[in-house]
Amino acid sequence: MTINEIQDELIEEFSLFGDWMEKYEHIIQMAKELPVIAERYKLDENLIKGCQAKVWLHPDFKDGKILFSADSDAIITKGLVSMVVRILSNHTPAEIVHADLYFVDAIGLKEHLSMTRSNGLLSMLKQMKMYALALQSTQNVN
Amino acid sequence: MKTNTDILKEIIDIQKIRKDFPILDSIINGRPLVYFDNAATSQKPWSVIKAIEHYYTDLNSNVHRGVHHLSQQATNAFEASRKKIADFINAAYDHEVIFTKGTTEGINLVAHSYGKKFVQQGDTIIISAMEHHSNIVPWQLLCEDRKATLKIIPINEKGELLLDAFKAMLDEKVKLVSVTYVSNSLGSINPVREIIELAHRKNIPVLLDAAQAVQHIPIDVQELDVDFLAFSGHKMYGPTGIGVLYGKQKWLNQMPPYQGGGEMIKSVSFEATTYNELPFKFEAGTPNIEAAICLGAAVDYINETGLENIQHYEQELLEYATGKLSEIDGIKFIGTSDNKASLVSFIIENVHPYDVGVILDQLGIAVRTGHHCTQPLMDFYGIPGTVRASFAFYNTRAEIDTLVEGVRKAVSMLAVK
Repeated sequence: MTINEIQDELIEEFSLFGDWMEKYEHIIQMAKELPVIAERYKLDENLIKGCQAKVWLHPDFKDGKILFSADSDAIITKGLVSMVVRILSNHTPAEIVHADLYFVDAIGLKEHLSMTRSNGLLSMLKQMKMYALALQSTQNVN
Repeated sequence: MKTNTDILKEIIDIQKIRKDFPILDSIINGRPLVYFDNAATSQKPWSVIKAIEHYYTDLNSNVHRGVHHLSQQATNAFEASRKKIADFINAAYDHEVIFTKGTTEGINLVAHSYGKKFVQQGDTIIISAMEHHSNIVPWQLLCEDRKATLKIIPINEKGELLLDAFKAMLDEKVKLVSVTYVSNSLGSINPVREIIELAHRKNIPVLLDAAQAVQHIPIDVQELDVDFLAFSGHKMYGPTGIGVLYGKQKWLNQMPPYQGGGEMIKSVSFEATTYNELPFKFEAGTPNIEAAICLGAAVDYINETGLENIQHYEQELLEYATGKLSEIDGIKFIGTSDNKASLVSFIIENVHPYDVGVILDQLGIAVRTGHHCTQPLMDFYGIPGTVRASFAFYNTRAEIDTLVEGVRKAVSMLAVK
């Protein structure tokens, strides 16, 4: 599936929920389902410094595609992280660099990407794109 | 003896008070706002909001320099506000009240100007383990610059300063003690009288960070005999961008200016500049005139309500909240000092404070989560942060019930089973 197809799928999933509680319960459920990041990758160098919640992100590069694994010590953040991983992981650097993540707005979670939330999610997105960009430029040089 | 009328006067008329703060009628996420982030900033009463409008409608002009009518009026209002604030903390002289941007600037001013004059290589500055970053970093900068040492008064598990350890630190190398009156993370009210007395026995001046104290506890700087006191307007129902540094004139007169510019000079030539007298020596540039004047309106509001009444009512809220919250399974209070201001900081087993904050926000409840700009303190407790609910005198028991219900709901949703 393309990045946008996965986003649309998520948007549809969320459209089923009537109120905020169901929405957050689903986010929490997704957090619980996120594959656990290998302990050896939970290093300070993989830590994305948000103000409150810790987010670890580890990228792998295989067969021209980037695979992300991630974790957070806060469960709602972890749920949001799992969505971003589900959308961006297993795509090429170019696809990730050009990805427009419209799902956040569409499912009414925009506040989690605002600067004031300081949950590390915005920094994580930047980090993912930077990683993709770095790989893309290496590939271009090669 | 108190008459019936006196007793009646002491009671906070909560319905009337709540009408004074228009923002309290807000609906957030479909529910009535419960505002428990007062330690971050307080809400503003109509009298302050109207004073801001009045300033720009009728008074706006630059202060101290103009000979024209409006400038005179703005200057009069500006200086009248300084006097109100001086009276509020019982300063000996109005010129001991310096307008700043806020507590942070007040502390930086002392670190810079007092530090330049009095702190040399090998000297010591004392702070405590429960300081806000704004009462840590300015001293680190000073100590780095002067090759001086920063020493930290330790605390116990309850969040109380260890005074014996403090006593043992006081030697001839100590040039200043800078501690918070009330901890923004724990609520602890520190024994500032004892601290000042102990320091003064060795002729060491004391700065109090009163950002979390001035809105809760009546302060008399002369009776306390404190040397410097810094606080912010926005935490005491006044505007943002204005604060006060009180300093004894004997210190302020000896200290060099903090910033150079207009207003702070007597005469300027390219060869030599002579500085203005207090308080203007420390108020370079056009001040935040509107906020300074309207802080006076906030002081009026506090005086009309009575700070002792406020204190009494807030202590009742604190007791009620502590009792109700303690019934929640897995809750642990961070900061259990015997003497606390009206805030509760807590964590819940297996639940991240951030997650609790997100769920409470969905319920229209505003709390603060995180390290509260006291990272060394969070390290002491070995936690990433806390959930902090801080109460003002416009809050109610019913709102605390809503909080308790909200926390229960958050726990039921978030607990990792």
